[in-house]
Amino acid sequence: MEAAGRPSLAEAAALWWREETSERTLRRDGRRWTAWTMWIVVAFTAPGVVLLLLSPLTLPVALGCFAHAWFVPRLQARRGARSVVPLGDKRAVRRQGAGDPGADGVALGLLGDLVGQGGRELLTRSGLALERGELGTWLVGERGALMVRPGGRRVDCWCVGVADQDGLPSGDRVAHLLLALREDERGFAKVANLGFSGAAWRVRRGLPERSCAALDAARGVARGRTGAGDCKRAG
Amino acid sequence: MARLIRLDRTGHTTLAEWTEGDLVSRESAVKAFRRELDQGMLASVPRADGSAEVVRELPLDADLVVLRRPIAGG
Repeated sequence: MEAAGRPSLAEAAALWWREETSERTLRRDGRRWTAWTMWIVVAFTAPGVVLLLLSPLTLPVALGCFAHAWFVPRLQARRGARSVVPLGDKRAVRRQGAGDPGADGVALGLLGDLVGQGGRELLTRSGLALERGELGTWLVGERGALMVRPGGRRVDCWCVGVADQDGLPSGDRVAHLLLALREDERGFAKVANLGFSGAAWRVRRGLPERSCAALDAARGVARGRTGAGDCKRAG
Repeated sequence: MARLIRLDRTGHTTLAEWTEGDLVSRESAVKAFRRELDQGMLASVPRADGSAEVVRELPLDADLVVLRRPIAGG
């Protein structure tokens, strides 16, 4: 199957009403997210400032406004970061059950072959598989994916998963997403839902500690450098 | 020997194996491939360069063909 001269993901071909994902649509969506975040900050900060100008006695209410201006964008970024579930994450275990260790081992073996020697170490350490794409550098988990845009400053968070996860070992869930991404990156982005787009440091704050190394590595690749870097919390 | 595998609850299951000269095993692999596609599975051929190719017919020259379930936005 081909769409506009490129291989097409079957799942994307079924979504005929959705816009094709491209650098242009990603830039536009990124700007929308930035504008939305700025609007949230202004919408909550301005009333707080006005209240303080009217009377210093309104300080408690003004502080409530400022807290909202800080909390709501932080919550959105955290939600975006948590749309990605790293391999073996306790959220996935809670949802899917512990699974069969034998099946998990077989699935991890195949996944290890898919990511190769270099990616295996990062996958084991962070629970995320790094994949270089044309639109950006991807980090794929059991569910969800992060895409670090070229330059490494912006990260897009995508909600995506195997449609019928019933009984699939965790490694296979990652393998499904990785194969689909490799088949057709733009189609993968078309099928996935963009849950958040914003600065890398905002997403990093919401990631599990062990997955920070993967984000650092992906940012390095997106900047044209390789290497995982350390995993100190930023911001 | 080339393999057709399906990602499933066991990790993966080998559905068919074939070699270039063995017509019987090739025919059996093609049948197994079509059966899985009819049941809604999607086929992918991982390449050595890190890419993967969607296939609708069994590529008999491939070393490994992987059958996977569809993905969806969450």
